[in-house]
Amino acid sequence: MPGKLKVKIVAGRHLPVMDRASDLTDAFVEVKFGNTTFKTDVYPKSLNPQWNSEWFKFEVDDEDLQDEPLQITVLDHDTYSANDAIGKVYIDIDPLLYSEAATVISGWFPIYDTIHGIRGEINVVVKVDLFNDLNRFRQSSCGVKFFCTTSIPKCYRAVVIHGFVEELVVNEDPEYQWIDRIRTPRASNEARQRLISLMSGELQRKIGLKVLEMRGNAVVGYLQCFDLEGESGLVVRAIGTVCTLDKISNTAFLPACNSPSKEMKEIPFNEDPNPNTHSSGPSTPLKNQTYSFSPSKSYSRQSSSSDTDLSLTPKTGMGSGSAGKEGGPFKALLRQQTQTALEQREGSPHRFCRRREFPFFTLTAFPPGFLVHVGGVVSARSVKLLDRIHNPAFVGIMGNTRSYKLLDWNSFNSDEPETRDAWWAEIRQEIKSHAKALGCHAVVGYSESTSICEEVCILSASGTAAVLNPRFLQDGTMEGCLEQRLEETSPPGCGFCHIPYDELNMPFPAHLIYCYNCRKQKVPDVLFTTIDLPAEAMVIGKGCLIQARLCRLKKKAQAEANATSISNLLPFMEYEVHTQLMNKLKLKGMNALFGLRIQITVGENMLMGLASATGVYLTALPTPGGIQIAGKTPNDGAYEQHVSHMQKKINDTIAKNKELYEINPPEIPEEIIGSPFPEPRQRSRLLRSQSESSDEVMELDLSHGKKDAFVLEIDDTDAMEDVHSLLTDVPPPPGFYSCNTEIMPGINNWTSDIQMFTSVRVSRLSNINLTNQTLNKNFNDLCENLLKSLYFKLRSMIPCCLCHVNFTVALPEDEVIQVTVTAVAITFDKHQALQTSRVPVEKTLQRASTDNEEQLQFPLELCSDPLVSQPFSPAKEVLENASSHTGVPAAQRAASLDKASPLAEGHLRHRSVPSCTNSTVSVVKMTPLSFIPGAKITKYLGIINMFFIRETTSLREEGGVSGFLHAFIAEVFAMVRAHVAALGGNAVVSYIMKQCVFMENPNKNQAQCLINVSGDAVIVVRESELEMVPVQPSTAVSQPASAGDVTT
Amino acid sequence: MTNDLDIFVGNTTLIDEEVYQLWLDGYSVSDAVSLRLRSGILEQTGATVDVLQSDTMDHYRTFHMLERLLHTPSKLIHQLHFQIPPSRQAMLIERYYAFDEAFVREVLGKKLSKGTKKDLDDVSSKTGITLKSCRRQFDNFKRVFKVVEEMRGSLVENIQQHFLLSDRLARDYAAIVFFANSRFETGKKKLQFLTFEDFAYCAEQMIQNWTLGAVDSNVDDMDVDLDKEFLQELKELKVLIADKDLLDLHKSLVCTSLRGKISVYNEMEANFKNLSRALVNMASKLIHTKDVRDFFIDLVEKFIEPCKSDKWTLNDVRLFLTQYTTSAHTLDAFRHQALWDRYMSTIKSCLLKMYHD
Repeated sequence: MPGKLKVKIVAGRHLPVMDRASDLTDAFVEVKFGNTTFKTDVYPKSLNPQWNSEWFKFEVDDEDLQDEPLQITVLDHDTYSANDAIGKVYIDIDPLLYSEAATVISGWFPIYDTIHGIRGEINVVVKVDLFNDLNRFRQSSCGVKFFCTTSIPKCYRAVVIHGFVEELVVNEDPEYQWIDRIRTPRASNEARQRLISLMSGELQRKIGLKVLEMRGNAVVGYLQCFDLEGESGLVVRAIGTVCTLDKISNTAFLPACNSPSKEMKEIPFNEDPNPNTHSSGPSTPLKNQTYSFSPSKSYSRQSSSSDTDLSLTPKTGMGSGSAGKEGGPFKALLRQQTQTALEQREGSPHRFCRRREFPFFTLTAFPPGFLVHVGGVVSARSVKLLDRIHNPAFVGIMGNTRSYKLLDWNSFNSDEPETRDAWWAEIRQEIKSHAKALGCHAVVGYSESTSICEEVCILSASGTAAVLNPRFLQDGTMEGCLEQRLEETSPPGCGFCHIPYDELNMPFPAHLIYCYNCRKQKVPDVLFTTIDLPAEAMVIGKGCLIQARLCRLKKKAQAEANATSISNLLPFMEYEVHTQLMNKLKLKGMNALFGLRIQITVGENMLMGLASATGVYLTALPTPGGIQIAGKTPNDGAYEQHVSHMQKKINDTIAKNKELYEINPPEIPEEIIGSPFPEPRQRSRLLRSQSESSDEVMELDLSHGKKDAFVLEIDDTDAMEDVHSLLTDVPPPPGFYSCNTEIMPGINNWTSDIQMFTSVRVSRLSNINLTNQTLNKNFNDLCENLLKSLYFKLRSMIPCCLCHVNFTVALPEDEVIQVTVTAVAITFDKHQALQTSRVPVEKTLQRASTDNEEQLQFPLELCSDPLVSQPFSPAKEVLENASSHTGVPAAQRAASLDKASPLAEGHLRHRSVPSCTNSTVSVVKMTPLSFIPGAKITKYLGIINMFFIRETTSLREEGGVSGFLHAFIAEVFAMVRAHVAALGGNAVVSYIMKQCVFMENPNKNQAQCLINVSGDAVIVVRESELEMVPVQPSTAVSQPASAGDVTT
Repeated sequence: MTNDLDIFVGNTTLIDEEVYQLWLDGYSVSDAVSLRLRSGILEQTGATVDVLQSDTMDHYRTFHMLERLLHTPSKLIHQLHFQIPPSRQAMLIERYYAFDEAFVREVLGKKLSKGTKKDLDDVSSKTGITLKSCRRQFDNFKRVFKVVEEMRGSLVENIQQHFLLSDRLARDYAAIVFFANSRFETGKKKLQFLTFEDFAYCAEQMIQNWTLGAVDSNVDDMDVDLDKEFLQELKELKVLIADKDLLDLHKSLVCTSLRGKISVYNEMEANFKNLSRALVNMASKLIHTKDVRDFFIDLVEKFIEPCKSDKWTLNDVRLFLTQYTTSAHTLDAFRHQALWDRYMSTIKSCLLKMYHD
């Protein structure tokens, strides 16, 4: 009995009228946890009942505490008929299970009904008394902290970053059970909500167990997803990065605060060689439809340069049979060419490579010095046919709540359920080998996703191949590694750009140049990554959101035929998407992409590809060349004219963009470049692969002899369309910037004025004569119009930047495209922008002298590092000086965002006491970023992971589909805010809407929507307030009154 | 390609004040879009009509969802559904309960019944205010009326507390409730020159002096109903005109003190008895509901119009009323001094407020 859960029902307000005769309600509450239920008295005839109940006590296993949600049901008492349910509140009590997070959940929660939405509010207080349990074989993992944030959380320090953790659980979807035919939609929705809540609880507990096994104490970058596979079931899967975190506490000020993870640290590091338990399961090849491709159709890899010479592509496809990826055909090549090199590398200092099966990290931002080199984007996709996740015994016992206890699929002999895991293992293996081919031992910014349509499922994984500094990966003593680190003495601003692979045994044909920053190492001409811009990166100008959008029609087909046709289309789509990205990047005059996310969505009769990334100009990489247009029929005068007209337009656009994004790299005379350039072989070429017969194009010689030019061929009207579409992307209106990463390079003076939003558009295509071109155009227009609409709506926030713009595409029906965007708009101060390049550095310097935590100050550590002051080559110094005016490390910009302060602890003590007495509802800020501008996170209160279903049978009456979804999303926000406020928090960071599945049946006047959101509940304190309080904790403690202002 | 669904939801509910006003004014989405187009917003922002249409729809949906809460403003403050900064909440409420002068003049003093609501299309076509907006304003009047009608305590405070309105707007609503309750006639042609502000001022004076609340602050309906006892007692004032000696004495006192001070002395002297009779007769009849309703007509017909035709200035009126009131105190035979003051101070304030073109 290691835990006692205590619940008190205080009051209700704004309840709906349940009794038409009296216009009142006789409400009472059922409190349920596991199998135990308590009831309050009926509070008669009131819409604002005051129950003020006793404490309901549940004595439960900590295992149940982790898995089960607390379920509160508000009902209307009816003497003669069955009691009517008003609505429910599910409370995840997980945040109460770690010692550092919240101590009490107390506040007003919206009462939610899946049919009627929010119906009034209820005031609840929840507490947990945990007894220490030293059982070694325990099944619970209380105390392991979870963070959605994909960087080391602000008030923690990473002692060790252990690595990848993953788990999945499967179950039948209640919506597809036989019983669903006889129960009400409400009962069905509630069964589903409850099941998913249970499943995610169990999943989190299991992940926690793995974390403890790995000697970690936290999971960072925790990403949990649902696969609604329909008939074949429901999969809940999660990935994350295991870390040992240490709370940053200024011992000088608050000696008692630092307790939790010390114990962990002292345990000798003893790695389990194979912590991933289900990698050994054999795949079932029968059902696995993977796609293969002909090697003659080549496409360049994300990380590769534009210099893709087809002749290097091997004619034998060794990679077939396994999942495809960008640059798939190169794989064979890689294996042959780089095998030896890799073997050598593996023997070298990267010890952890052998320890861990999958050296993946879901993090996108890293402690300074962690990231040594970045190889490029690696990705893998695989098309699978879904099959029922069997468990015949499971059906038919739904009445008993306990039967919801999930299948532990490991315990079943049938190898069917294992397929899901085997599928992922296969893809991860693929990713791992790609990373190796790039000379990298790790993958960072790793993520996984699926797209399901009927019985076909595309599994995708992507990440950035990287070389990491080993010191964080083992339980090293910090002192020892300081010297060892940066053995390669890469300068901070450009080191990560340097190629990790061997130049002589290049994994793919790339165009390498000596680094423009240090002149010592080679860099590629273009760099694509899935991570955030490293804090120390030297950047010129501002960044911008770059999107590639693509549709491909596909025949409707069944089962394997369908899977095969999808498999055949995928490589073309990947190639096209990559081409578009490359073209748009060049058009912007930039040379690197960060935060790249490529989403391929499968529908009944089409495939959609949407890639988003943030383009920037890295000073370390060469200036991108222009785009050269080549006409195919040189004799036609009018045509020539047209081509040259187009060329002019493109050149104008590039020039305009350079001005817009302030890209003005210093001119470097050729002589200064200490090392010679490789032979000028700048002709580059891309092939259109619209049709199978694109081979003939290969014969063309496209060498225009123009340096650094990127040649676009206009060989048919399609290509013409594409060039046109390149130019139709309208830049954001003046005063607006946008990016899909955390921070926007070139903007550093954020104000605290933020607005997080979700926008959804569903567009119906007219189904006459759909061609790829019209589809592309429609899709492109849909996205562009959506962006325009956002700019218009947020015009009052100018000057402003849309950060973390996250697009998701779904194809819910034939000819219907759904695009969902979540992002945060942040206003910045235009006037301070010009002079800040110096100030933050000084500020950081001052701060650093008071903070003894190295973790806090990214740039500083590197600046004050003796390594930096080593003599440089003269050429470099010149360059440094030149770039210091324009290229400011991103971290210095970021420094103003989160100044660390020792005060945090003292302050938060008070904040954790929720102020229920306050008449006005406390403000809860939400953001997809890991920070709140102008404020400092003082405490993480736990993960928010919520799943809601909303259904209506009176769609017209609720304002049609728009009215229905608008209200529902607002309700979801409201429920997230209420939970955070009840935990004592005032903000949600790393917020993400992971799923928004919308289905409608206008003929029946029905609609249903499922939404899954997650994020980290935190307490933030505004910076201005922190500075006002003197640097003594005693004063902070004696100022409880200031706590109330925090939320304003 | 058509957009079936097009929504934007902010964590902080996005409110465009211009669109809110258009919505309050009862314009349809398409009318609102064309009005916004005319304001030149596209030129300023470089947006397209589609964007404007979608934006307007979004705002209208939001307002539609908020409307339910605006009916009980305290709910808007406490609800969790929409995160709106307090200053914006106040703006939403204040604007929602604001009303048009033209509209209120049509409805003031009318019974807030279904019948009146049915006639709103006439009001709409007469005033040029959209029917939708008329309905909202009418429903607001009625809602406020229903809530505070039977409540204890100060009318203004009650309105303020329940509807979280600004002091000014709460006072206006108090007047509306007061007028609706006693059904004062305000619509006659002769009263058209009076503004809502005039009436609101009069209402405030009457509430302050003539209701139950003026003497006892702890009774039901204290500010809404006139003090019946007081109205009954007003009959006693009749002695001022019934007793001929008293009337003559009163007249001579007033004339003596106003000689040389008032510009219309002769007219005043000639008219004194008529004016005094008018004022005292009104007082004695106020016990009848019908005469209460005609209160303002009587004031205008029997006092303001005669004075105006004799070209009294506002100052003349003020001098006369002041002297007329105080002189009565020196009449030894007149024993209802307190009653007289309670009556005349309000009458004087009302008349002075109403004495304009």
